[in-house]
Amino acid sequence: MPIGYYLALSGVLFAIGAAGVFLRRNLITLLLSVEIMLNAVNLSFVAFGRQQGSVDGQIITFFVMTVAAAEAAVGLALVIALFRHRESLNPEAFTSLKW
Amino acid sequence: MTTYSFDAVIPIVCVILAGLVVMLAEAFRGRGEKMPLGGLAVIGLVGAAASSVLLWNRNATSFGVVTADNFALFLNLVLVAVGLMTVLITAQTADRDKLPAGEFYATALFALVGMMLMVQASDLLVMFLALETMSIAVYVMTGIRREAVNGTEAAFKYFLLGAFASAFFLYGVAFLYGTTGSTSLDRIGTIVASQAMAPNPLVLMAVGMLLVGFAFKVAAVPFHMWSPDAYEGAPAVVTGFMSTGVKAAAIAGFTRVFLSALEPMIGYWAPALWVIAAATMVLGTVVGVQQTSIKRMLAYSSIAHGGYLLLGLLAGSDVGKASILFYLAAYALTNLGAFGIIALLGSYSRDNDNLRDYAGLWHSHPVLATLMALFLLSLGGFPPTAGFIAKWYVFSAAIGAGYYWLAIIGFLSSVVSVYFYLRIVVMMFMTDRDARPVPAPVTGIALAGLALSLAGVLYLGVLPSQVIEWAQASVATIF
Repeated sequence: MPIGYYLALSGVLFAIGAAGVFLRRNLITLLLSVEIMLNAVNLSFVAFGRQQGSVDGQIITFFVMTVAAAEAAVGLALVIALFRHRESLNPEAFTSLKW
Repeated sequence: MTTYSFDAVIPIVCVILAGLVVMLAEAFRGRGEKMPLGGLAVIGLVGAAASSVLLWNRNATSFGVVTADNFALFLNLVLVAVGLMTVLITAQTADRDKLPAGEFYATALFALVGMMLMVQASDLLVMFLALETMSIAVYVMTGIRREAVNGTEAAFKYFLLGAFASAFFLYGVAFLYGTTGSTSLDRIGTIVASQAMAPNPLVLMAVGMLLVGFAFKVAAVPFHMWSPDAYEGAPAVVTGFMSTGVKAAAIAGFTRVFLSALEPMIGYWAPALWVIAAATMVLGTVVGVQQTSIKRMLAYSSIAHGGYLLLGLLAGSDVGKASILFYLAAYALTNLGAFGIIALLGSYSRDNDNLRDYAGLWHSHPVLATLMALFLLSLGGFPPTAGFIAKWYVFSAAIGAGYYWLAIIGFLSSVVSVYFYLRIVVMMFMTDRDARPVPAPVTGIALAGLALSLAGVLYLGVLPSQVIEWAQASVATIF
């Protein structure tokens, strides 16, 4: 299968994630959107690695997954802290700072 | 593969160890037991500074991905100064704000590890990991006062847009990896240079993605919207820390990637960066003028300063790179001083960060008012302070490289910005205080920190030649 398909899929996923960050109205979904973006990048790393016949691309993916996990941990902790203040997951509820 | 040298990572390891020790000391101490956690942090930072000085001119590299060239070492010293000032101010404010001191110091040290690694990275994957180490720690610091809804909200906004930007950065790395088969800056540079005439579209996309990622991190327009919120919502100490440390690390990474590996593509990214730099300077100043919260005002001022730094990056010459280093040193000392004063004047229940809170400060806190005035004058670029020399140096680099219009825009916006710095000064010295409560008097170790940073600001302003020489030596040997 030519690499173009993988890259196109990765581009679509990245765009879906990026659009989600701006369009979705739920804090958890916002987190998921960012994760989709990172995983889209992972897909392209693996595809490029395979195209070049080296394992570097797949190794990089492990680093990225680790980082994404750490990021998700902090993100979820922040969501919980926010929820305790307002009992809501809607970003519109958090407007004490000008956005 | 040759033998690995561990020399280049010694400054980073010092800070990691200090962070771990502080974290464990906090975890194992008995209830109510006093422990000099700040002192432990200072020891680690001094170790990092000492090892950076010892590594000077040795161009050590470790594992092929971390380099300790003079450029990185100079910035390591700036970052250590940022860390020291943060520790000194926090020593004073942690109890007042009911911050968990050990956690705070440990997180700050881990953020510094990320910054130093980012400055020293010569491989894009390592730079990404450093960026995330730094960012995740700073998200936590922004929201460290969980009971304050402002802080948590600021932390989440910062987190969301920061993670978004990191994804862009990483996508750029992926494209470069796809076209060159490597994440090492040296190899990427060689391959990109060989096809500079007819670049692969993937390389162009990579340049765009990396530009977006870095522009987010340095809070350049139009990717700046997180920064006023994050700077306003975070505790003032943290604002000082991230407006200097994060910016220094991000600009350093920006410079290293765009002026070494991607320099052959300068014809493609320079026009975009021109627009970004101009917009950043103008918007940071114009919107800053309208603010009534000092923290928010200085947030916009810090956006504008990011624009001046991009001017040095765009100039790209040796003078330009040296001017970036000098500017970062001057800006770090000045901005930390100003935010340190804001932090010291706040109280647990009130930030005291409205412009009106500074009315008549000269009568209640003459020393702090004088220090604040000097820091603000330095931010505005008045002689004989560091800010003046730094701006002059950056603008002359831009003119030397032929960016006349950009230098003029920068000069004009810096003239306008004087208005809002002086507004605070006038408020402090010439306005009477209304019924607002007077902030508590400030004494102790934090004043020593402020005095040190003032000494630095005046030294750089009056006798800059030595540091300029070091800055020039820093860029002479590399890229």
